[in-house]
Amino acid sequence: MDILDIRFDKRIQRIVPLIAIGSAGILGLLIILITGGNPLALLRGILRGFLGINLAAIGTQNPIFNPRYIGEFLVSAMPLILTGLSVGFAFRTGLFNIGAEGQLLAGACGAIVVAFMFPDTLPRIVFLPVVCITGMVCGMVWGFVPGALKGFLSVSEIVVTIMLNYAALFITNYIYLLLPHPNTVKTEEIPFVASMESPFLSDLTSNSRLHLGIYVIPFVVVLYWFIIDKTRFGFELRATGFNPRASKLAGIHVASRTTLSMGIAGAFAGLAGVMIAVGTFNYGRVLTGFENVGFFGIAVALIGANKAFGILGAGLLLAGLQSSQPILQAQGIPRDIILIIVAIIVLFIAMQQGIRNAIEASLLRRMVKTRRQEESLSP
Amino acid sequence: MNESIRILYSILTLSLIYATPIIVTALGGLLSERSGVVNIGLEGLMTFGAFVTAAFVLMFESMFPSMGAWYAIVMGALAGALLSLLHAFICIHLKGDQVISGTGINFIALGLSIFLCQIFYQQQRTPTFRRGFTKWSVPVLKDIPIIGDIFFRDIYSTVFLAFLLVVIVYYFVYLTPIGLRLRASGEHPSALESAGVSVYKIRYYAVAMSGAFAGLSGGIMVLTQDTQFTATSIHGTGFIALAALIFGQWKPVGVMWAALLFGLLQVLSVFGTSIGFVSTLPQEFFKTFPYILTVLALVAFSRNAKAPKAVGIPFERGSR
Amino acid sequence: MNILELQNITKRFPGILANDSINLSVRKNEVHALLGENGSGKSTLMSILFGMYSMDAGEIYLRGKQEHITNPHIASDLGIGMVHQHFQLIDAFTITENIVLGVEPKKSLGRINLSTANKKIEQLSERYSLAVDPTARVQDISVGMQQRTEILKLLYRNAEIMILDEPTAVLVPSEIEELMQIIEILINDGKTIILITHKLNEIKRVAHRCSVLRKGQYIGTVHVNEVDEEALARMMVGRPISFDVQKSPHKPKKDPILDVKSLLVRDSRGLVAVKDCNIRVHPGEIVGIAGVEGNGQRELVEALVGDRPVEGGQIQFKGEDITHASIRYRIEAGVGLIPEDRQRDGLVLNFLLYENLAMKRYYQQDYSPHGMLDIERMTAFSDTLIKGFDIRCGNAGNTLTRSMSGGNQQKAIIAREIQKSPELLIVVQPTRGLDVGAIEYIHARIVEERDKGRAILLVSMELSETLDLSDIIAVMYNGHIIDTLPAKQVSHTELGLMMIGKNNGHT
Repeated sequence: MDILDIRFDKRIQRIVPLIAIGSAGILGLLIILITGGNPLALLRGILRGFLGINLAAIGTQNPIFNPRYIGEFLVSAMPLILTGLSVGFAFRTGLFNIGAEGQLLAGACGAIVVAFMFPDTLPRIVFLPVVCITGMVCGMVWGFVPGALKGFLSVSEIVVTIMLNYAALFITNYIYLLLPHPNTVKTEEIPFVASMESPFLSDLTSNSRLHLGIYVIPFVVVLYWFIIDKTRFGFELRATGFNPRASKLAGIHVASRTTLSMGIAGAFAGLAGVMIAVGTFNYGRVLTGFENVGFFGIAVALIGANKAFGILGAGLLLAGLQSSQPILQAQGIPRDIILIIVAIIVLFIAMQQGIRNAIEASLLRRMVKTRRQEESLSP
Repeated sequence: MNESIRILYSILTLSLIYATPIIVTALGGLLSERSGVVNIGLEGLMTFGAFVTAAFVLMFESMFPSMGAWYAIVMGALAGALLSLLHAFICIHLKGDQVISGTGINFIALGLSIFLCQIFYQQQRTPTFRRGFTKWSVPVLKDIPIIGDIFFRDIYSTVFLAFLLVVIVYYFVYLTPIGLRLRASGEHPSALESAGVSVYKIRYYAVAMSGAFAGLSGGIMVLTQDTQFTATSIHGTGFIALAALIFGQWKPVGVMWAALLFGLLQVLSVFGTSIGFVSTLPQEFFKTFPYILTVLALVAFSRNAKAPKAVGIPFERGSR
Repeated sequence: MNILELQNITKRFPGILANDSINLSVRKNEVHALLGENGSGKSTLMSILFGMYSMDAGEIYLRGKQEHITNPHIASDLGIGMVHQHFQLIDAFTITENIVLGVEPKKSLGRINLSTANKKIEQLSERYSLAVDPTARVQDISVGMQQRTEILKLLYRNAEIMILDEPTAVLVPSEIEELMQIIEILINDGKTIILITHKLNEIKRVAHRCSVLRKGQYIGTVHVNEVDEEALARMMVGRPISFDVQKSPHKPKKDPILDVKSLLVRDSRGLVAVKDCNIRVHPGEIVGIAGVEGNGQRELVEALVGDRPVEGGQIQFKGEDITHASIRYRIEAGVGLIPEDRQRDGLVLNFLLYENLAMKRYYQQDYSPHGMLDIERMTAFSDTLIKGFDIRCGNAGNTLTRSMSGGNQQKAIIAREIQKSPELLIVVQPTRGLDVGAIEYIHARIVEERDKGRAILLVSMELSETLDLSDIIAVMYNGHIIDTLPAKQVSHTELGLMMIGKNNGHT
């Protein structure tokens, strides 16, 4: 039993995402190589996506560093981190939230509707929080439904959240077109007092769309960590996630914890929607399909091992990869290589149990061998 | 003939056409889930099948002017089967998480399809193909009153293929030895293993078949409802099929009825504006309906769900 | 003549040597008992013979020829069949479908020929007097008939060597008697039977020879008619066993702490599992519920702790009606539970030990003031429990619970529950799968609680455990307490008869 101790378990938990990221990167490079692209261009593109440093510009007239890239990188990172927290939070309670996508849409829609509903004479300090909180509450409601169905009726949250994603897509599209809209793909712009935009941050990053959300993210990440690891409620969620039956017999109200957990997960995703709607775009968008921010949240949560700071890192990683897409495309590498790399990471994490078993089996073999040697030495 | 009756008939015919990919994919999902492997990667497998079919149809257009579309959907089915083997390997051999793996399959299928489009065609979609499947009317049968109008006039042959597959899957699952083993694998895999049948093997075949069905269905869809392959060619049909599988309670005939209902709803969402009473409802109502209906069905069946008992649980040899 | 010979079979699992170079010879046409305690390696050995596990070393000779049995299919082809302790039957299938699975007869167009199979099974059923209806679904038939279906499975496949793994564990005494008769019929027909068991009386009843395993090692083989039960028991445990629990005469208080009145509870399928059930437990006594598994004990316990709704009757605890109170309310009121399945019901295996030990306290102001966990307080608490109850763990409170041995996991639960010193402690199968040392320790702790004046309700499927530990025995049959009597006034046999509803054991 000694090899199965806690340190070993923790080590594997940390290693698996690294193996996944490394292998996916190598496979990505291989795919580029096979299809006749330049693997170095992939690496350069990714670097530029993250830090805005353009190695190709060295020695030319063009600026080597452009802060706008960092701004846009952070703009795409924020919703990813939030949907990652959403999926991760549900995971910690043993629930698979494929519904972050729909909760995000619900949140975005809620925020936009409120932004139009009140007169724009309200002071920003009052109005903006109302907009954000409404969005979070809408996301929360979209999470409560599958949570309650799972908790009280044992209906699979996986299927319900998939279905509610589509429902959210169509319902929010319908609602947007009830609001003032110049054309059928978007609503009018929301008033400034309801928006998260920040001229200061935008100036700082040479006119990127960086918005006030950046001040909120650290607070939310810490909140996640605090709830899960430090509170009585988090203890109950974790216990429920690992063993609902034993938790119930210990007096934990499993059904309500399940419902609440999905609801809070929905609020995280809802906030992601708020940031996209009233931070990045400032108008409601009628979508023809998903933008996969919620689905990428699954990857973020998995890579981050459902830990607050792991999710923060994973969100930044995936956002960096995403913002390198247009750069890659410009250099003749299909942008979709990034989607393939993310998919490979997810598949590797799905294999986690297999990797774990393989490591354990090899350790076990080694242990048995050394024991046998010991036995044969001492008759 | 009365104009409104004619519209009714054509709506029903269109529903059959829209239901076809849902039926085929859901039957694939049925095989996989009945063997005990959850496959939420159906959407991705359809996408990949659609891309491969479109690519081959472009190639076959000049080579086989008459049968090109049929050969192309066979290639689509093979592509789906091949990709689903990855899912099978992760779920069966590596005992991975089936839902996470399915999510990964959805990602990789989409990424791979568009990536290959860029490599082959330097754009994010395939070029437009000249013809996919063509509608035709079956001689003699088309003159049967009502039935002829709905089932045999201006219809694709793939609709008949879908119904044929319902019969074949039913026969296979309920009347053959392999079908018995398939059901056993999803209900109580260790009982099957102790009866001397390899659960791994059954599950591999089942998942590969689900991939083939989804790939075939993606191919049918792109060749009947589209003129080229794009990232949105499948637009959630794989998930609708998943809904049909659940709504049909994992039974071939039930799945068929659910798919027909969802097909009708899709047609109403697209063409409903031209029909009297229907046009008062927003089209989003019809688009949303199948999903809401499935959630309600899940709630209604929650006390007495017919899902295979061992679905989603990796099978470990030597465990009981 | 030896039909089967196992030589030097060795099998390791993570952390244990399950079979340590075991030798076993089985003669043709005998009932060969394989005796050993839980965890002695019997089931592992037979799973190897049946091809479910691969062995790390050793050889198998069948009819003099070495065979490599790598999966159950090969075993089946060689004429070896096994009835597992947990039946390998599919509820939704008919008996015939279950039996033919894997060897289905076919007819035209690749279809299964169920009618031929039905006929063949009827014939077999008649020949061996098994009385099964081939077209019934498994979910609708009794446990005894399920077992006979398993036996038919082997007969249908022409098995010559039949391994029966703990076949009587789930049967009521009358069904056990039927099984014994079936075994005799099978032997008369030329079959060879390997009977895995730890019940000595069954071995005396049907077995010809008996091989004994202890802690993964082969101890020896004896002719059953040459030894008595005590000698077998000694071989099994390695020393004279005394399950005599040391305890003083019991002095219960007058007023019951738990008073259950005409309780009505349904099981998960919606069938009535407990009906008109009356039990009283007084402070300072151990009340043991005796009964064959599946007679409503589980549902009764679940209703008492608040895990299952009560449809009729009343549960009174300390004079208060708690029939519909929440689980947590009952815990706080003083109801403790040592559950049946420690890994499923008692522990969160992925939690650290200190978290598990705090499971019934974490919510109190002391341990989580203002909703925030006081982890120092929790670890300090776990340190006292680890010391006080001698829980062996690698890394004190920070040990991953999953990595601990079964005995120590059970000790952790017992520590957690007894530390709260509940006025009523419900104990279910407290010693299942544990070694003798752990069993004695746990029995002693339970008796100690009783001597402190706590009330104990014990549910155990081990009749001897119930008899030795209890002061009062309540016999449960068909969801109903059919009799309550002092433990001293009843014998093992009498109790056995009462458990099957024959209420003629005493006066």
